[in-house]
Amino acid sequence: MIQAFNALMKRDLLLAFRHRGELANPLLFFLMIVTLFPLGVSPEVVLLRKIAPGVIWIAALLAALFSLESLFRSDFEDGALEQMLLSPQPLAVLVLAKVLAHWLVSGLPMLLMAPLLGLLLAMPDPAIAALELTLAIGTPLLSLIGAIGVALTVGLRRGGVLLTLLIMPLYIPVLIFATNAVTAAAAGMPIAGQIYFLASLLVLALTLAPLAIAAALRISVS
Amino acid sequence: MWKFLHKLASPRYFYAISGKFIPWLGWLTAVTLLTGLYFGLVKAPPDYQQGDSYRIMFIHVPAAWMSMFIYVLMALWSGINLIWNIKLADVMTVSSATLGASFTLLALVTGSLWGKPMWGAWWVWDARLTSELILLFLYLGYIALVSAIEDRRTAARAGGVLILVGVVNIPIIHYSVEWWNTLHQGPTVTKFDKPSIHLSMLIPLLIMAVSFKLYYLTVVLMRARIEVLDRERRSAWVRELFGTQK
Repeated sequence: MIQAFNALMKRDLLLAFRHRGELANPLLFFLMIVTLFPLGVSPEVVLLRKIAPGVIWIAALLAALFSLESLFRSDFEDGALEQMLLSPQPLAVLVLAKVLAHWLVSGLPMLLMAPLLGLLLAMPDPAIAALELTLAIGTPLLSLIGAIGVALTVGLRRGGVLLTLLIMPLYIPVLIFATNAVTAAAAGMPIAGQIYFLASLLVLALTLAPLAIAAALRISVS
Repeated sequence: MWKFLHKLASPRYFYAISGKFIPWLGWLTAVTLLTGLYFGLVKAPPDYQQGDSYRIMFIHVPAAWMSMFIYVLMALWSGINLIWNIKLADVMTVSSATLGASFTLLALVTGSLWGKPMWGAWWVWDARLTSELILLFLYLGYIALVSAIEDRRTAARAGGVLILVGVVNIPIIHYSVEWWNTLHQGPTVTKFDKPSIHLSMLIPLLIMAVSFKLYYLTVVLMRARIEVLDRERRSAWVRELFGTQK
């Protein structure tokens, strides 16, 4: 089981690195959305500092959604997904490997880029630290929840907008707790409560989401 | 008991028996709706704080109850369908979705109509209003997913997974929104101390709630019958029923 998990993850990572150009796209998207806000709202530092947590988190949310869309697409088209469904290994474990590999190539780079965006929006240092922490817990959560929606829409031709409709409401708790933690950190308040809540959501998603993703895949592919 | 349930789950039997129930349910709905409205709008005394405008509660509160009740019901049916593979359960889920969305919309609209004189604004980011809006998004997402998948069985099963994921998330969303709201509590929101409701207002409210439930049952059965007919249109009993040949 662990072998299958590792093999699938290695394969997905290898596939991702063979298409290096595509890897940068969600990151550019993330950067561009954040850049639009000072242009669209105002470059005033006080205001930027106030809206920064929300802006960065909403951009991260959208970037995660758009990068997820292709999670099962190529496997579905070339039939690899059907082989996974037929394999004797538990599908939930295989799916978890795919989601993890996807997070490593899309979530982790966002984590590395976030401090830069924080500087662009004039965030104070403790807030940037909190932003990193919330992104570290929150982006895997986004990937896991989003993958359920991707699995449900994988067989559809115009799944993109539909995916956003399905998944956005489910992202709301993550957004609330994460942005609140960052805002609280900027004001010098403790953020342990919000972080614990995010972490418990992550544990819940880690245990339940793979099962839901597997069930959804079985329905969409059959 | 089990035998009866099995029989009920067969589309043909369901079609016949629901046809007998619908007129009765329809009349009961009309009677309870009229009595509820009469006691609510005419008999109940005006509120000492809110005057007459509180009367929208008799529509608003039952609609909000229904919006949540239907979602839970849909989750139950989806679970039954995914576990025991009973076709009728997904017929009921699919037929309930639009009704649930309509009740949610009704609760939102009446809430904002009440909010204008009370809060001085059509929309306030109040915790309950916000959760209700998110519930509407969940319903609309379900409807969008089901209508995007062409094969009906697949659509119903995929929708079922989405509903079950949603039902796990609803408490989380609700409490996170409530928690968010206590932090952002704006000055425009005047929080009323909830006085314990007087009996003369409670009774019409309960009658209205029963009436909304009956309305839902009536309409969902009507919609489910049509759905059953449509799905089974190639089967022998439907042909027999309408006397059509191939």
